[in-house]
Formats: sequence, structure tokens, C-alpha cells
Amino acid sequence: MDLSSLTIDSVRSAVQERKVTAASFAEAHYTHIASEDPKIGAYLALCKERAMAKAAEIDSLAAKGEKLPPLAGVPVGIKDVMVTRGVTTTAGSKILGNYVPPYDCTAVARLEAAGAVVLGKLNCDEFAMGSSNENSAWKPVRNPRDLSRVPGGSSGGSAAAVAANMAVATLGSDTGGSIRQPASFCGVVGLKPTYGRVSRYGLIAFASSLDHIGPFGRNVKDTALVLQTMAGRDPMDSTSADIPVPDYIAEMEKPVKGLKIGIAKEYLGEGLDGEVRTATEAAVQKLARLGCEIVEVSLPHTKYAVPAYYIVATAEASSNLARFDGVRYGFRASGVRSLSEMYRRSRDQGFGAEVKRRIMLGTYALSAGYYDAYYLKAQKVRTLLTRDFEEAFKTVDAIVTPTSPTAAFKLGEKVDDPLAMYLADIYTVTANLAGIPGISVPCGETKEKLPIGLQIFGRHFDEAMVLRVASAFEKAA
Amino acid sequence: MKVSEKDVAYVAELANLELTDDERAHMLRDLNSILGHIDMLNALDTANVPPMAQVSDRFGADESKKGSERFMYASREDVREGLRKSLDHDVALANAPDSDGTFFEVPKVIEK
Repeated sequence: MDLSSLTIDSVRSAVQERKVTAASFAEAHYTHIASEDPKIGAYLALCKERAMAKAAEIDSLAAKGEKLPPLAGVPVGIKDVMVTRGVTTTAGSKILGNYVPPYDCTAVARLEAAGAVVLGKLNCDEFAMGSSNENSAWKPVRNPRDLSRVPGGSSGGSAAAVAANMAVATLGSDTGGSIRQPASFCGVVGLKPTYGRVSRYGLIAFASSLDHIGPFGRNVKDTALVLQTMAGRDPMDSTSADIPVPDYIAEMEKPVKGLKIGIAKEYLGEGLDGEVRTATEAAVQKLARLGCEIVEVSLPHTKYAVPAYYIVATAEASSNLARFDGVRYGFRASGVRSLSEMYRRSRDQGFGAEVKRRIMLGTYALSAGYYDAYYLKAQKVRTLLTRDFEEAFKTVDAIVTPTSPTAAFKLGEKVDDPLAMYLADIYTVTANLAGIPGISVPCGETKEKLPIGLQIFGRHFDEAMVLRVASAFEKAA
Repeated sequence: MKVSEKDVAYVAELANLELTDDERAHMLRDLNSILGHIDMLNALDTANVPPMAQVSDRFGADESKKGSERFMYASREDVREGLRKSLDHDVALANAPDSDGTFFEVPKVIEK
């Protein structure tokens, strides 16, 4: 079975027409994972029993000749920050090393309700904090295109699994670029929807006002199909929006001729790698040839995005991660004499270096005397950054930028310099602060054959436009 | 240097972390490097800019309404949807590092 050519539609049709069973698609993936994953490290846990039960259910529906749901039989992987009932969920952290959740994340439940077969849980940076997947407490993920390089982060396992044909589609989470940047590094498509489009219920919280769940796929249509099944109001998440979900496939197939596409000089400045710039400019030219009108827009506060982001994100993280105290679940240090010592020792031994760094930074920014100077200031800058987009979207339908200033870097290259690692998030954190949707689609390769990603932003709740531009771009490639 | 060793110790205490001497030294270096970069925010005049805590502050707000009613995101009927079945006792305790079957157990709370 050639796993690399599988798409959601091809799998569902084959199962519906009873040419291939859902069970054999799942088995073929498990066989491939067994031989391929030892060198990549994308999976943290497999849930074969659950997967085969789901596959059998789908196969029996197909045998009865019933019309199958949209993701029927499709082998998927789930980032380990989304809880799965009965399947160990660690968030890439030792502090949750043996945590077996009693409930399912809404996004995962909706995928399974649409027929998807969950193969297992995917590696990631600890609590989704990182841009290289090197902060996983368990093992790094390697980039399938070049094993000496990182897959990006924090959803490195989710991107690598799709790139290495170890799942047809996967779910990731994106708090500052954690879907789009690894998609770009691994040469796949990754979509961060609008804040509120997909329920966060069951997503282990990093920064609640910035966290998003979204899909990875080998093409734009697959990400649209996965989004379609997840999107929409969920009573379990009061920030999920009660706004109608359009038919993304129908919207995606509309022509792009006459659309106004914005380009912003702030995303093409200092620090941008030459080859990435060339690929981005070529992509813009291609959109122009498709009949789009290219318009220069200004997003003047872009350079303040990383500092504002790292205050807001760490402040929220310091609060969210206070729950890990060794009482109700997770790791508890042994040999302690008092409750307060148990808290400190459990957290000291359970959290990794980057997580502690962010808890410290966030706690500092929220502490007495610094709240106004850091946290409140960052929230005000967040308003300015969001206004930049609102202003630009008065004149354009979408904005295109590079996803990341460089292609995938080497393992170990930035691990000792947290600030350098943070600065690499420059083009992605803006969409999290503003809450707008963004996608990364492959737009070429460097001389070293490393993938380059093109990022496309849209208005709030206009995933349809983002997918439409991405799909037209992909088809013209 | 914006952050001193004393600050690191104080913030670690607030965050319920202890940190080894080595970790404290790294933290001092990293926090100063990161906060040094973050200081660029001071170049912006934000005196008349409202803070934004949530995306819904900018989107989906109906300013003619009050409180959380303003947000199309948050409003819901008070009763039906809000009443959710709790986890069963044994399920809630299943992940506890220590329990007696009824309660979570922890080391001594009152320290001498």
C-alpha cells in the first residue's frame, strides 16, 4: 500500500466501495510506524485497541452499504496535549507521565464521530512550549526531510507524522505558531483557525487566550475536511463561538480572480533568510498570475509582537500550570515532609527547563510592582497589533507572508539561547494575539531541499478565504 | 541587570518552585536577556490604548449590552447546559498519587 498518496477522500471512498477495509488502512499505518518511527520519534503512545475497534465499526457500516461519514476509516494522530479517555496523555511532560484522562477532548470526539481512526498520541514540546520539539521530556522529533534537523514545534510530532506517512491527517495546537511553523518545516499543510472556531475543551491549557486546535494534512482540502468536522459551538467551552460553520469545500473551490491579497513589508525585513524571501516573492507572483490583485498593506506594530506575546503567553501559563501540584493527578515527589515541600519538589522534578523558565517569566510579569509595566503593557500592545490587522482587512481579503524566517534548523542549534528561539516566532505569534486564522502551505524548497512555507492570514472566522487562497495556490504549484 | 538573584528567589517562591543553584544562575541570565528584549515595548505610547485580554474583546462584542452578555461567545442559559454530571468518585481519584478511596491524601499541612 502506498501510504504517501492517501488522502481523506481516497481512504473514505476505498472503504465505502469496500476495496480496502478501514482495518487494513490502520494495520498498514501501524506497520509503517513500527519501521519508520524509531528514527523520527513522532509518536509517544499508540492506541491500537481503540483504533481497531473504530475501524471495525466503520467496516461493518460499509458492509451494510450505509453512507459513511466524512472521515470514515481515516487514520489520524493526535498531539499529546489533547486528552483521550483511557489513553495516557502526557503533554510531553514528566509531570503527567502516567496521566490517564477520564474524558475525551471535544475535537478528538468530533473526529471519531466523523469516522476517523485514532492511531495514537503525538510527541510535542512540553506543554506545547517550544519551537523545535526539543523540549519534549521524552525524546526529540526529527524532521523526516533531514534527520539532523528539527521538525519545528511545538506540534513537531503532528507535522512529522503527516510528512512521513504515519497518519493521513493529525491534530496539533497553536499558541504562537505551533501548527504553522512545523507544517512549514516539514513540507505539509497546517491550519490555525480563528480563536473560538474550534472548542478547546480537553486541550491541556498553556495560554488560554492564545491556544487553538487545528489540523495538519498533506493537502489543503484535507485540512478543510478535518476543520469542518471540528468547527462550531461546544457548550463545554464558553469561548467557542456560536457562529455558523460554512461549507469549507464549496468555499475553497471558488475562483480567486479579483481577490485582493495584501503583502506587508514588516514580514519581509531584517532576519528573513534570502531563499525564504525569494520563495515568498515567487508565491506572490503566482497569486498575481492567478488574477489576484496584490496590495501593499502596513502592519506597523509587528516588531512588538514577540515581546508582547512572551509576556501574555507566559503570564497565562504561570497561572494555568499552577494546577500541577502533585495532589489530584500527575507526578508527586517522594520523601517530602510537608505539603509546601511536596508542591515545590513535585514541580521542580516534574517540569523541564523551558517550562520553568516560562513560569518564572510569567510569574515575574504578574507580580506586584511589575503588573502594569509588563502584563498590562503587553495587553495594550495586543490591541495595537489587532488593530493593525483590522485596518489592513478593510482593503484586502487575505494577507500572505513567510511562515518562518528560515527553513528547519539543526537539532541543538538554538537550544541554549531561549531568546533566539523566541525571535524565530516573529511571523506567527501575531495571528494568535489577534485571533485571526492562518495557514501554512508549502511554497518551495531551499537549495538543501528543505521545505519553505507560505503563510496566509484571513479575517476573523474567514477560514473559508484562507483555504480558498491556499487551495488555488496549491493547485497552481 | 533588571532581575537580581533575590528577585529570582522571590519569584520562584511565588511560583512554588525551588530550583537548584545551577537553575537559579541560568534563570538569572535568561530572564535578564528576555526582559531586556521585552523593554522595547516601552518605546510605544499606550496611554490611551485599552488592554486586550481576550479575542472576544475585539470580536463578537455587542457594546449595547452589559457584562458577559456583551459577548456572543460566553452567553448561555444559566441552568440546563451549565449542569454537568460530575465525575464518579473512583474516576476522579483514579489518577491521584495518594488517596484513601474517599479523599486525596497529602503530607502534613501544618508545619512547625
